Amino acid sequence: MQIFPFIVVVWIVGAGLYGIVTSRDLIHQIICLIVVQSSTYVLLLGVGYVTGAVAPYFNDVPVHTPAVDPVVQALALTDVVVEAAVTALLLAIAIQAHKRFGTLDPHDLAEFKG
Amino acid sequence: MDQLFALSVVVPLLVAAALVGVKPLLSGRRRVLDAVAVLTAASVTVMLLVIMARTDGGDAVYWFAGFRPVRGIAIGIDFAAGPLSAGLAALAALLVTASMIFSWRYFQQVATFYHVLMLTFLAGMTGFCLTGDIFDLFVWFELMGVSAYALTAYRPEERGPIQGALNFAITNSVGAYISLSGIALIYGRTGALNMAQIGAYISRHPPDRLVVVAFLLIIAGLLVKSAIVPFHFWLADAHAVAPTPVCVLFSGVMVELGLYGIARVYWSMFGTALGHRAAISHVFLALGVLTAVVGALFCFRERHIKRLLAFSTISHAGMFLAGIGLLTPLGLAGAAVYVAGHAMVKGVLFLCTGIVLHRLGSVNETLLHGRARHLRITGVLFTLAGLGLADLPPFGTFLGKGWIEDTGESHGMMWLTPVFILCTILAGGAVLRVAGGVFYGLGDPPAEEQRMARGANEETSETDADRQRTPLTMLIPPTVLVAVAIAIGLTPLGPAVEAAAVRFQDQAAYNATVLHGAHVAHPVSPFPVEAAGITVPGVVRGLVSAVGALLLAYLALYRRRLPVLRRGYQPRVGLSALAEGFQSGVINDSVTWLVFGLACLGGVLALIIR
Repeated sequence: MQIFPFIVVVWIVGAGLYGIVTSRDLIHQIICLIVVQSSTYVLLLGVGYVTGAVAPYFNDVPVHTPAVDPVVQALALTDVVVEAAVTALLLAIAIQAHKRFGTLDPHDLAEFKG
Repeated sequence: MDQLFALSVVVPLLVAAALVGVKPLLSGRRRVLDAVAVLTAASVTVMLLVIMARTDGGDAVYWFAGFRPVRGIAIGIDFAAGPLSAGLAALAALLVTASMIFSWRYFQQVATFYHVLMLTFLAGMTGFCLTGDIFDLFVWFELMGVSAYALTAYRPEERGPIQGALNFAITNSVGAYISLSGIALIYGRTGALNMAQIGAYISRHPPDRLVVVAFLLIIAGLLVKSAIVPFHFWLADAHAVAPTPVCVLFSGVMVELGLYGIARVYWSMFGTALGHRAAISHVFLALGVLTAVVGALFCFRERHIKRLLAFSTISHAGMFLAGIGLLTPLGLAGAAVYVAGHAMVKGVLFLCTGIVLHRLGSVNETLLHGRARHLRITGVLFTLAGLGLADLPPFGTFLGKGWIEDTGESHGMMWLTPVFILCTILAGGAVLRVAGGVFYGLGDPPAEEQRMARGANEETSETDADRQRTPLTMLIPPTVLVAVAIAIGLTPLGPAVEAAAVRFQDQAAYNATVLHGAHVAHPVSPFPVEAAGITVPGVVRGLVSAVGALLLAYLALYRRRLPVLRRGYQPRVGLSALAEGFQSGVINDSVTWLVFGLACLGGVLALIIR
């Protein structure tokens, strides 16, 4: 494991969180949430990466060839599915927000607290 | 027997999928939809109760597709259920059933997706309780989350739900991704995703920084879900706007599931490895007590009944965390019973609020003053549940909280009891104030409370046009739940629950059961096991809380006649503005607090675990 992917992960998380905290537009905020989540893909793949190894399917390579960890790739794939669901739902709600209130600013929306 | 594990999540998911599939056939046949959903939830409840009964003092383990561990190495995915986890799942299923029966006549028009979302929500909660795999824990967490976000935004044509759902979804998603990062790190270190195997691996090696960071990250996501201060800002907004039957689930089990996750992660993975038991216990206790106090204070100043109940949930979540955080069998047993009792009374309170909303079209305490006098049964149920929330014996709540306080006292924390009693009095007093004012018209009629009333917007009705009477289907669930809450307090559960708690905390036994198929019927606790039962001091403390709450409610209702207050005392505007500023409802602020809390928690853990 190298240190580089982890620096990238921290950078992506930081950028995404900074975006969510400072954003004045819901769509931008939701995209920043996706950015935070993308850090987990990098982290997962970074954790399972083996330098010089092949992709983890063993059709035409000799047995005992080093391969990168397939489990983390499965996890990243599941993660993508989760993200798709969350993002779709959030964007649908954001569209409703725009339709009802004509604004996408989270500060304005907070005025409509139930 | 084994198949029951799989069925308990497969049945709700399949029925949910089928309901979406046959949607065109069901248009105009709403009752079929209701009946199928209620029956499904009820059957899941029965399955989980059977699983709980058959755990036989140990953990029952089910390996999907029969991939059993080979030489102690897990290659498959398992469900591992002890009495506590199966019991919590059964509680969730019971509450889902109750809310479904309640919503039989509640919604004006109900779309298919309400039932579908409730069932996927149920599947998510059940899977979260039963799973023995850390990545699956995240997946179930998200399934539960996505259903809950959608249910919060169930009435998107209104203003509140949009804001509440967005705040809920974004804050919780950030928490979930933080947890996932922790899971990835721990996988990188151990090469395992099975909780038992991770625990076995890291307890063989000295804990290093990576393990501590992973622990911090996993815990942080769960703390967001369980609304622990300062991660709690999403909760009141979401509770205030979600349909009332859904609030029952949010308050009754969803928040508690976050705490269950913390307990499960701690005792199946990190407990032995991290060490520093006393220091970690203090961190949990500090978080719990802070949450209990903050929640109780905000609860008392609230006039919007659903928000008031939401803040009371935050306060109680803090006490549950303190019970778990004592890290002893009796503390955990107390938290478990307290969770069950609280789920019942809080469910009743929300359902009665739903009835008030159905009949009178408002949930604003000030506007409703004295207007619900004709809802006699609802009033009695609400008052009973309010007394239950204030720990009146024999409600189950007094038993659970008493055990937590007993544990605190035997560990030299004498301050814990008065703090808890004070929090209970504040939250219970607020609820009883609502009961007295709304259902019995007690107290001075509200006149000069415009400033307070402004915060509690009118909610338009979620319900049927026919409001002349309360349907029976709306009265039965709260009645049953009150009865169950009393039954929990009267049944001699003590030894059984405590044995289950000892079992839950025995990491070695859990590892042996999951990885080697051993059956450990009598686990040993490394700590002295204190007797759990109904004690005289416990009853006295419960009575003190209940009487205190009644007195506080009385004072709050007639506060303008008090000599000090008659001279035009007003809460200081600056203070009240500060409190409102905290609960701004802006998503950015919730996430800022989340990052702040994460940084503080990380700093504290870095200091204590070196």
